[in-house]
Amino acid sequence: MANIEMDGKALSVPDGSTVIDAADAAGIYIPRFCYHKKLSVAANCRMCLVEVEKAPKLLPACATPVMEGMKVQTRSPKALAAQKAVMEFMLINHPLDCPICDQGGECQLQDLAVGYGKGGSRYQEEKRVVLNKNIGPLISTDMTRCIHCTRCVRFGQEIGGIMEMGQIGRGEHSEITPFLGHAVSSELSGNMIDLCPVGALTSKPFRYKARSWELKHTASVAPHDSLGSNIEIHSKNGTVLRVVPRENEEINQCWLSDRDRFAYEGLAAKDRLRRPMIKQNDVWRECDWQYALDFAVHALQALKEKHGAQQVGALATPQATVEELFLLQKVMRGMGSDNVDFRLRQSDFSADAGLQGAPWLGMAVAEVSKLDSVLLVGTNLRADHPLLALRLRQAAKHGARVSLLNPLDDDLFMPLAAKAIVSPAAMAETLDQVRRVLAGETVSGDAQKIAANLQQGESKAVLLGNLAQHHPQFSELHSLAQQIAAACGAKLGFLGESANSVGGYLAGALPAAGGLNAGAMLNNAPKATILLGVEPEGDTYNPAQAMAALRSADLVVALSAYKSPTLLKSADVLLPIAPFSETSGTFVSTEGRVQSFAAAVKPLGEARPAWKVLRVLGNLLALDGFDYDSSEQVRDVALTGAVSVKLNNTLKTLKPLSKVTHGALQRVGDVSAYHADAIVRRATSLQTSHAAANNARMNGALLSSLGLCEGVLIKVSQGEGSAELKAARDDKLPDACVRVAAGSAATATLGGLFDEIKVERA
Amino acid sequence: MLSSESLIQIDREVAKYPPNNKQSAVMSALRIAQIEKGWLAPETIEFVATYLEIPAIAAWEVATFYNMYELKPVGKYKLTVCTNLPCSLMGAQSVVEYLQDKLGIGFNETTSDGKFTLKMSECMGSCGEGPLLTINNHKMRVQLTPAKIDEILAGLE
Repeated sequence: MANIEMDGKALSVPDGSTVIDAADAAGIYIPRFCYHKKLSVAANCRMCLVEVEKAPKLLPACATPVMEGMKVQTRSPKALAAQKAVMEFMLINHPLDCPICDQGGECQLQDLAVGYGKGGSRYQEEKRVVLNKNIGPLISTDMTRCIHCTRCVRFGQEIGGIMEMGQIGRGEHSEITPFLGHAVSSELSGNMIDLCPVGALTSKPFRYKARSWELKHTASVAPHDSLGSNIEIHSKNGTVLRVVPRENEEINQCWLSDRDRFAYEGLAAKDRLRRPMIKQNDVWRECDWQYALDFAVHALQALKEKHGAQQVGALATPQATVEELFLLQKVMRGMGSDNVDFRLRQSDFSADAGLQGAPWLGMAVAEVSKLDSVLLVGTNLRADHPLLALRLRQAAKHGARVSLLNPLDDDLFMPLAAKAIVSPAAMAETLDQVRRVLAGETVSGDAQKIAANLQQGESKAVLLGNLAQHHPQFSELHSLAQQIAAACGAKLGFLGESANSVGGYLAGALPAAGGLNAGAMLNNAPKATILLGVEPEGDTYNPAQAMAALRSADLVVALSAYKSPTLLKSADVLLPIAPFSETSGTFVSTEGRVQSFAAAVKPLGEARPAWKVLRVLGNLLALDGFDYDSSEQVRDVALTGAVSVKLNNTLKTLKPLSKVTHGALQRVGDVSAYHADAIVRRATSLQTSHAAANNARMNGALLSSLGLCEGVLIKVSQGEGSAELKAARDDKLPDACVRVAAGSAATATLGGLFDEIKVERA
Repeated sequence: MLSSESLIQIDREVAKYPPNNKQSAVMSALRIAQIEKGWLAPETIEFVATYLEIPAIAAWEVATFYNMYELKPVGKYKLTVCTNLPCSLMGAQSVVEYLQDKLGIGFNETTSDGKFTLKMSECMGSCGEGPLLTINNHKMRVQLTPAKIDEILAGLE
């Protein structure tokens, strides 16, 4: 610790910290533009100049380490004069168009000009103008406003993992720009909007929608992945206008993925369901709640009388709140059925009997940054878990060994210590090789290297991603990962897929006594099926099969926020429910963190929070225990006792490795990031930002053996279903694999994510 | 994109730095690329960046920072005349006027036959021998007089 004096205050600060760190810790504010606590020090804006005793000139506080006995003055006449001078320079080329600037009201330049600038400028000459750049549909640029702090450049280099912005030219001709004509494509690009201290980079979807001081701020939790990122929803007149991160060092730090930031556009989609609807004689018509609920309840009861309770079932999206999932399973169990599940994209449920708790990350999110060695199994990491990828990238930068066992080899923007890129069918076998190496055997190839990396370091983990969890041999992968983790002293963890991938287990929304799981129900739907927020064409392992199963059911009651075309085809009653922004609720994140949130805006039209709809449904079905007054009451019943004891990744019984036989070509069906759930599928800006996702990708050898070339239209088919897609070449894919991402309308007609696929010229 | 001779030269530059610091060779690589191509088109810059395994924008930053890199096509011979104070005292202005008259172009222009481009530069560190110019960045001609300029131009085919 060093003892220093700042503005007359005696401070004791850790060695190696900078003057600006010391000031921040002591609550002394030093103005700054280029300095950001999560980025490297650039010291190019000169706004943080302070006077240090015995130093001949003023020093930048962000780049000056503290020294024993240092005396710093941040508000001395010399320092104030320097701040005024820097501020005057800063504004020489700034357009001062604050009245039409979206940053107005939350602009660092504006605030510091008021606090530290002088009243006027002596500059009389012409100001320079910098042409705007088109860097994609998410970020709007006004480059004349740029003050060249280079925060956006450093963000790309240090946090995003790829440098997409740069500063070209020199001196007065400097410009911040991406490479000629390139759009910014990082899944974290929106953070540059937050980092930009001026109005040069602002949100394009939010452009000219509101002034910052008109917005109502509501604290909430992001629903699009399992991290539980803390967000703030900004709304005006009952409409969500933007989402920004809420800082939480233990979860999302100060970052937010583009998916969590821009998906809000889907909340105002044109096909939002505003009134209940029922289908009679194949004609849909709107009706009131009373009528719709009576219709649903009578039909449910009649079918239960006729076919028995085992012909009643319910499926929910893992994006539903704990309260909703709890009440849904309560309705089911009240009716005497155990058929309830939320694991819509899982295909192998054979480990269920061996589960001893809810599968979770196996550690706190913050611990991911401190891992020494990690094996990732089956994950499209940057797409599915952008902020966990960021943490692993930081860990890798500090020497962590990251190994990957995957059918995909998309660039993770971090160094990989070892990797095995194999077809989905070969994943379990390769993982078994790693297990055998750790047990003392010798095998050739990548497994040896992966195992060697796992044997080093103190803090280790084996993490199973979404692809592993959707995999037809999930239970085998789980069993093997468990053995590997045990053999090398690593923690076993699951990268939860959706907001409540853990919460669904805790709420009991899965079969407990021999009921049907999601796989069984989506193969052969119960005669009466309730859907909670489910869109079968995008949310399930096998959309074609799910659609057919639901169409064959006698009654489908869909609680949905959207009037999606597939629900119009398969459902009989549509009940409008509120998405996360319009209801109070709770998500349990992948690290087991329980986070409740309040509604940011009122439900649209006649939509109602789903927990209220399920409460009424329970009462109308004359079931006991549905007299809750608030969602908090439901939550307290649903989550009694400590959460931590209910989390457990260890299987009681291990599943042995089975021999798999597979057809000629296997599909690699990752879920594309911006088609992962119903809300984000309707977020227009995100959709245009990654429009090219609907390709069938395969390696060059497979392309030529099929007599195809890049860019031609091909027909891919699985079972009855087929789709026409463009062929694309990706030489990083393993042999005999066709990568067709799931979730979008273009691939909704296809079958299982990792099943056999046929390819022919269209 | 670049000839194998150029790539061999770039490899030689890369070898001067530790294996993980290929980026350090970016200035030499851009220079070598410019010698071959005459100027640095965006595709050339992107190629060099890919070759050095760095983002294209990182190479572009360098190419735009230094003014000996040409970002637009230039003539076969780029004549760069120093116009800083010592050269001006030694008559750089009349050298410039003579060149402009003779070639019929101003600064940053190229003759219609695509042979000559005229550029102005800052000090080249040989003030004792001014006025002076460089030819394509690599050859310097000093103590210029109209007669010497005629001789130089005649020697450039």
